[in-house]
Amino acid sequence: MRDVAVVGFAQRQMKDFDGSPSMAELLVPILAECYEQTGWAKKDIGFWCSGSSDYLAGRSFSFVSAIDAIGVLPPVNESHVEMDAAWALYEAWLKIQTGEVDTALVFGFGKASAGVLRRTLTLQLDPYTMTPLWPDTVSLAALQARLGLDAGLWDEAALAEVVNRSLTDAEKNEYAVRAGGSSVGELLARPMFADPLRKHDCAPVTDGAAAIVLAAGDRAREANQRPAWITGIAHSSDGLHLGTRDLTTSGSAQRAAAAAGGTDGVQVAELHAPFSHQELVLRSALGLGDDVALNPSGGALAANPMFSAGAIRIGEAAKRIWDGSADKVVGHATSGPALQQNLVCVMEGRN
Amino acid sequence: MTVAFDYTRSTGPVIGRFLTGLRDATIVGGRLGDGRVAVPPPEFDPVTHQAVTEFVELPDTGTITSWTWVSEPVAGQPLGKPFAFALITIDGADTPWLQAVDVASPDDIETGMKVRARWAEERTGSVTDLVFVADDGNAPETATPAGGTEDVGLIVTPVSLDYRYAASPEESSFFRGLAEGRILGQRCPKCRKVYVPPRGACPTDGVPTSEEVELSDVGTVTTFCVVNVPFLGQRIKPPYVSAYVLLDGADIALQHLILDIPAEEVRMGMRVKAVWKPRDEWGTSIENISHFAPTGEPDADFDSYKHHL
Amino acid sequence: MGKIPAAVIGIGQTHHRAKREDVSMAGLCREAMDRALEDAGLTLDEVDAIVIGKAPDLFEGVMMPELYLAEALGAAGKPLLRVHTAGSVGGSTAIVASSLVQAGVHKKVLTVAFEKQSESNAMWALSVPIPFVMPVHAGAGGYFAPHVRSYIRRASAPSHIGAIVAAKDRNNALKNPYAHLHNEGTTVESVLASQMLWDPIHYDETCPSSDGACAMVIAAEDVAKTYEAPAWIHGTAMRSEPTSAAERDQVNPQAGREAAAALWKATGITDPAREIDCAEIYVPFAWFEPMWLENLGFAAEGEGWKLTEAGETAIGGSLPVNMSGGVLSSNPIGASGMLRFAEAALQVRGRAGEHQVDGARRALGHAYGGGSQFFSMWVVGSEQPAN
Repeated sequence: MRDVAVVGFAQRQMKDFDGSPSMAELLVPILAECYEQTGWAKKDIGFWCSGSSDYLAGRSFSFVSAIDAIGVLPPVNESHVEMDAAWALYEAWLKIQTGEVDTALVFGFGKASAGVLRRTLTLQLDPYTMTPLWPDTVSLAALQARLGLDAGLWDEAALAEVVNRSLTDAEKNEYAVRAGGSSVGELLARPMFADPLRKHDCAPVTDGAAAIVLAAGDRAREANQRPAWITGIAHSSDGLHLGTRDLTTSGSAQRAAAAAGGTDGVQVAELHAPFSHQELVLRSALGLGDDVALNPSGGALAANPMFSAGAIRIGEAAKRIWDGSADKVVGHATSGPALQQNLVCVMEGRN
Repeated sequence: MTVAFDYTRSTGPVIGRFLTGLRDATIVGGRLGDGRVAVPPPEFDPVTHQAVTEFVELPDTGTITSWTWVSEPVAGQPLGKPFAFALITIDGADTPWLQAVDVASPDDIETGMKVRARWAEERTGSVTDLVFVADDGNAPETATPAGGTEDVGLIVTPVSLDYRYAASPEESSFFRGLAEGRILGQRCPKCRKVYVPPRGACPTDGVPTSEEVELSDVGTVTTFCVVNVPFLGQRIKPPYVSAYVLLDGADIALQHLILDIPAEEVRMGMRVKAVWKPRDEWGTSIENISHFAPTGEPDADFDSYKHHL
Repeated sequence: MGKIPAAVIGIGQTHHRAKREDVSMAGLCREAMDRALEDAGLTLDEVDAIVIGKAPDLFEGVMMPELYLAEALGAAGKPLLRVHTAGSVGGSTAIVASSLVQAGVHKKVLTVAFEKQSESNAMWALSVPIPFVMPVHAGAGGYFAPHVRSYIRRASAPSHIGAIVAAKDRNNALKNPYAHLHNEGTTVESVLASQMLWDPIHYDETCPSSDGACAMVIAAEDVAKTYEAPAWIHGTAMRSEPTSAAERDQVNPQAGREAAAALWKATGITDPAREIDCAEIYVPFAWFEPMWLENLGFAAEGEGWKLTEAGETAIGGSLPVNMSGGVLSSNPIGASGMLRFAEAALQVRGRAGEHQVDGARRALGHAYGGGSQFFSMWVVGSEQPAN
């Protein structure tokens, strides 16, 4: 395997993006920031890959005009996944591993506020036996949360602790759309939204976009003084149907972590947990001990832009390597209802 | 804007058997390779990957294994008021099923509670043919009659989503111009090409177009086709000519309609001028221009527009 | 550290029809997957990862349908990727699956692409009115017809070339039991006599709307070598450009020219017309055959129609094109690109049945999408590449 590192990362997250669903105008400054960080220009990028969803935008081929932000004449070597940009990053990492290219820029974008996200995501479910009931994402997560409560795997206070820590940390994140810690007691006094979940247990609807630059070997060292070397990256899927998997654990997250070489020695983890109890599920699936700093960015409970939030976790984790505050980190992304698909990216700094 | 379509779904044999059961007020499970019974039956066994072929008719009662309260229902959900979604393990089945439970409040539901189906009078073969209610032991004695004789093989699932569509700031300037009867393009600061409508990102350089350029409403047809085919959602009645019009001063052609000339006489290179709708019908839309019509000038030289094909 | 050689060891496809009402989406995919697995002598459990491709989700009204399909497709417990690059997606999906093997991550990857267009209406899904835009669009035909007109003018091509392509592909389809259209007796005259839909495009010069799926198993060198006739992947290429840009060439797009140039370079091919034995090219409207022959470098600019007119692109000609009957005879959009890639592999494995080109050793599979802006292509061969 070639040595590949995360060497650039830029993001924008907001409550309500006032612009086109292709978000080309939002991607322009994000790409510019990536060029500035790496000292590169468009011609230095060997491969491009993006992640987005037509249903989020409400029209077919919504990703098509987003590539205008790159400036695609002369043409570029480019691909797209209908998934979070974390999986676009995986495709780009593969491309670098084949030896065909040395550098890649991946991006994801989504304007969740264009529709009613709770309804839009219902279209991800089984179209014959689930969608006609319009089960919304929050309800599905709540069913998962109660299974854990009933089994004694967590209690409501544990959920509130996750929220309190996340929103406190989010105060230092300029892109958080929800921030401000309080106390477990105060959080538990708030009303139920989707019993047993309160609104603060659920990620806020967020618009946003993000980009990450990958590079191999010397190209990485040229772009970044302390690249975040990817020492393991893998993903896995479970079935969607709620009846045929144990929702209190995450088999796919466990398999992804094992295939990425495990998380021993990880100091910082950025977990993509759109619901508070899911952080607890992931923490155990990834085998993260109490000494691991979780979601110093505030995580998805502070901002969760669809189709880039997973990639943002990888970018946030990489930043801890760049600034020298950690030597080994993990970034995680999820997709699908109740943590169906998971991707784990372990990164290390070398002095 | 609303994106809506009634999808026609062929069910295949397994889902078809399950939905036929619901139409006849019977819950049908599928037996898996390891002996477990799953509701709804999966089309393919999750372990052996073989098609599920053995079906089991089950009672319409079961036990709640998890639930949540939908305090703010969204459009399309089965009850027009707050209700519960629950995972329900049907008696005789081994895997839970996601369904709606009609109870008055979250205080009236708990894990382990027994529930039974309340069947709709008219059933089509859909998971919406029933909701669950608390099983007080007083199930109706008379069996609910079957809902039809043919097996369910095709279902219609309406999907309707509402979106708010916004334009980029660059596009917005174009639409505001149209409201004043002006066609405003913008020049890319790098390649100097004039785009109409302006772009949030010049597709060549990846930077927003900026310097405003007012364009003539006269231009050249670069190429076109005659649309003779009607289709769902079409807003202009065929036959009509859909053309690329390169406005004088612009570097990119605009797609629009050509009228006031028989379709067979439209030519590449033909000079055309915008025909505006009456002013009181104007909005912030390209449809302020009703269509383009021939100016009567001689056709443009092929060389003058050959790079715009 | 070099690339791991990879080859296609299993191919499967469905019978393509306007409406496959006998199967669900899962059933459709499994029909193709099970045939590919049987061809490779493997079970689903022996596959390391699954890569799914599909065109817009609005076609079936399911957002990211791979999520709900995961279990039925045997992807639960495995890595699952979903690619979407418009009409080129079937090709791009195969390329992503190849790179999983070439990167050394997996040994055996199953890739499947599908479309069940009968669940909705493609003309609708592609023409959902966008506020602020003049609603002159009329599906893909309305989009591409003006560019066909430009080609005819630029190349000074006789007006019956499209009909020659259509008659050839429809007759090739008669040799392919999986093809959607089996229109006996299609001739140049009958094509020209069919209704003019999007002038200059006749009804018989357009592709049908199909339900269908295609699957392939791609394996690493050590696995592939144990097979009798693997189709070795000699090279792949993808390029993208904007839908619309000032002075963008929509007849002979730069992205297609550059993808082809990169592909010929990667495979060491200097004279594609001579070194490629047959080509399966994405031709949804008949006129795109001569256009792509030029774009791919098989003919000089303005000369592509001469190959078609001379019969060189028929089976038995110097460069047979679309032996399977092509997109003009079967078009499950998301799978159409993969069907092109798979037909190229079938040819070099010598397993194309009645539409086999004698002695095919190197073949091109090609796909494009969007407004002629996304291109993906590969060259496969019967021999393992030297490098």
